[in-house]
Amino acid sequence: MTDAALATMAATSPSTSASASTATPARRSREGVRRTATVLGAALLLVLLWELYKAVGPQDGGTVLGARVLPRARDASMPHVLDVLRTLRDPEVAAAGSRTVGAAVLLSAWFTLKVSLLGALLGAAIGFLLAVAMQRLRVVEHGLLPWVLLSQTVPLIALAPLVTGWGGNLHLGSAQWQPWMSVVVVSAYLAFCPVAVGALRGLQSPAPAAVELFASYAASWWRTLLRLRLPAAVPFLLPAFRLAAAAAVIGAIVAEISTGTRGGIGRLILEYAQQATSQPARVYAAVGGAALLGLVASGLVTLLDVAVLRRGARA
Amino acid sequence: MSTSTARTADASGTREPAVSVRGVSQRFDTGRGSVQALQDVDLEIARGEFVSLIGPSGCGKSTLLRIVADLVEPTAGEVRINGKSAHQARLDHDYGIAFQSAGLLEWRTVARNVELPLGLHGAGRAERRARVEELLALVGLSEFASARPSELSGGMQQRVAIARALAENPSLLLMDEPFGALDEMTRERMQAELLRISAESSTSVLFVTHSIAEAVYLSDRVVVMSARPGRIADVVDIGLGRHETAEAGADVREAPAFFDRVTRVRAALRGGPGGHPGVDDR
Amino acid sequence: MSRLRSGADASARVLLPLAFAVAALLAWEVFVRARDIPPFLLPAPSAIFEALRANTPQVASAARTSGANALVGLVVGSVLGVLAAVVAARSRLLREALLPLSAAASAMPIVALAPLFNTMFTSTSDVPRRLVVTIVVFFPVFVNAVRGLSQVQPVHADLLHSYAVSGWAFTRTVRLPGALPHVFTGLRLASSLAVIAAVVAEYFGGLQTGLGSRITSAASSSAYPRAWAYVTAACLLGLAFYTATLLLERLATPWQTRPQR
Repeated sequence: MTDAALATMAATSPSTSASASTATPARRSREGVRRTATVLGAALLLVLLWELYKAVGPQDGGTVLGARVLPRARDASMPHVLDVLRTLRDPEVAAAGSRTVGAAVLLSAWFTLKVSLLGALLGAAIGFLLAVAMQRLRVVEHGLLPWVLLSQTVPLIALAPLVTGWGGNLHLGSAQWQPWMSVVVVSAYLAFCPVAVGALRGLQSPAPAAVELFASYAASWWRTLLRLRLPAAVPFLLPAFRLAAAAAVIGAIVAEISTGTRGGIGRLILEYAQQATSQPARVYAAVGGAALLGLVASGLVTLLDVAVLRRGARA
Repeated sequence: MSTSTARTADASGTREPAVSVRGVSQRFDTGRGSVQALQDVDLEIARGEFVSLIGPSGCGKSTLLRIVADLVEPTAGEVRINGKSAHQARLDHDYGIAFQSAGLLEWRTVARNVELPLGLHGAGRAERRARVEELLALVGLSEFASARPSELSGGMQQRVAIARALAENPSLLLMDEPFGALDEMTRERMQAELLRISAESSTSVLFVTHSIAEAVYLSDRVVVMSARPGRIADVVDIGLGRHETAEAGADVREAPAFFDRVTRVRAALRGGPGGHPGVDDR
Repeated sequence: MSRLRSGADASARVLLPLAFAVAALLAWEVFVRARDIPPFLLPAPSAIFEALRANTPQVASAARTSGANALVGLVVGSVLGVLAAVVAARSRLLREALLPLSAAASAMPIVALAPLFNTMFTSTSDVPRRLVVTIVVFFPVFVNAVRGLSQVQPVHADLLHSYAVSGWAFTRTVRLPGALPHVFTGLRLASSLAVIAAVVAEYFGGLQTGLGSRITSAASSSAYPRAWAYVTAACLLGLAFYTATLLLERLATPWQTRPQR
């Protein structure tokens, strides 16, 4: 199933566009500018459509062919885009010295980013180790891989609320289990699957002829791993990491809601959602922060690719 | 039952040649300047004649075939097929074409693949079914009518492709190294099949190949091309009585006359300034 | 590395994972009982099974609701995705606008849109959850469908050109059937995502009639075996959707020897 997800990744990632490999730097930057312009244009179009709907749409929602699928156009349900931007400067609570909504969103997003990254790293590390184990031992691969694949088709993220119970009742040595640790666990689990599957595919990707070549050099399994399989696995790792990052972010947000972890953007979204009748624009700001978080995480993976993976592949 | 004389070039000129190429040039502009793929090519194929194009890589033989098929427009020159322009001939479905890869549609059965041109050009179901039966019998694949391409070997897929190329009973067959991806034994079998089929249907054939032996075995004339720029270096008359060789089933490839022709073609290839890289002269 | 002979290999591929699962379940049961693990941490499989048995009607009803939400979203999202792909295949501008957007969307937590939809629609509406699923499904289906529609083999293009066939006849004969395996690749991915989104969307509030809300409420009342029972039901639902999509793929593309990657 991750193959499908990886295929989706491949289809949209810039590195697969034909121009990337054959174009000159000038051409590539022109393409980049053009692409950014198109995306910005599309975003602007969405904003315009939003405002247009607000201007002409039914205040109390409407029906299309009998189904209530038209949203309510009133300000309380669909705030103006400018209102959402303006609310970023409002103080969060009426008390003096309260931080602004914008600051709250950014700080919460930062918190969740840290937690997701930790979870992603943990999950990726375990996933990678499992992939190596599966490559080494056929038994492990045949026994475990189907379950790993299966776990991606089923919503194991549904377990997040159950992880709540761990908080406050568990002790790691002398330290008590913090709610954010549950979030990291959930994040890590979601990140682990795509990395395990992707890394295994990568480790198994060298052609039999190449493996036999190494065998003819009497190279040990470890040597073969380091010199043949790991470099071969690099192009498979990138889309897997991208998936893992996105999964870790979603896992973190959902887990934050379930565990009620303060400081994260999930909790903030829920808080603002509860205030939605009086302050409709805030929840939009919070969700915008979550979206930004996802993009930043994806951007970090791209950085990793450019800085480390591609260079490693060339070496 | 016609004799070999019917197979040689029609010198009387009472009928239009099947294919007439005059002064065809083709230039490709790439990022790094332009390439003269073909320069001033003149060629005529008489009705019922089997002509091979052979030459090193880059001599333009595939380009020439594609120009005749109106898949590429020449930078200069004119192509006439049965007296019409190549463009009109394509619109009138005057030729059948086969490529190096069989190009079968994986989601269709063999029968549906063979009837592809018929269906696209509006033939009725009964007509299609009858014709497909005929064609599959011709190529010896009648039992595989409802098989899928993925179940067939490379040779069988090419046979389906040839059946498809013959679907509309074209007077001209264009073939671009159709046996190139096959192993030697299958290749020789397919060559014999093709000879038999083209003899039975009296089709003119323009055949592109890398292999001297294949060209000599199949053709009435072998057109030797050279590269940089692509042009015709020489034309070798084979005149082995093609029809008779297929009928007799004799092992023509062992006959002294065969080796003689092969030597002539090889000499023509070597004599050209393009040299002979990329030509299989076993 | 252990070597399995080819004959035994096939049965091993089925038996080994089952053996692992059975062993894991047994180990789980023994571990919980032996170490007296409290249920808030990890209930025993037997307790979960018991909770499933005792609550079957509620589990079934919640599963039906979540299943319906996932199905509606899956169907609408896929149809929209394919239609958008057909249009995008012909329009370079649309492709350049939507493909990067799809890449961005796959990085973002789309389920976080649920509270927004809850404000846009009434709190008693099905639409927010179904809309979340629709969006989650749209992008992978769209991306894969565009990929499939753009990949015509050159030999097929030449062949159809030699038949003087272009336009709609070309699309109908070559482009669409060739794109079908890719569409199903996207659909397989989307079917699992649909169930996940349908379940998780409820964590953000709104109408609480599906599996997601049951899980949270059971967890907050500390009825952990019941909560795990609902999770199991959600997993079975996800599996059912994935299997159904696989079957549909087999039916629609019988010529595929293995699933298109």
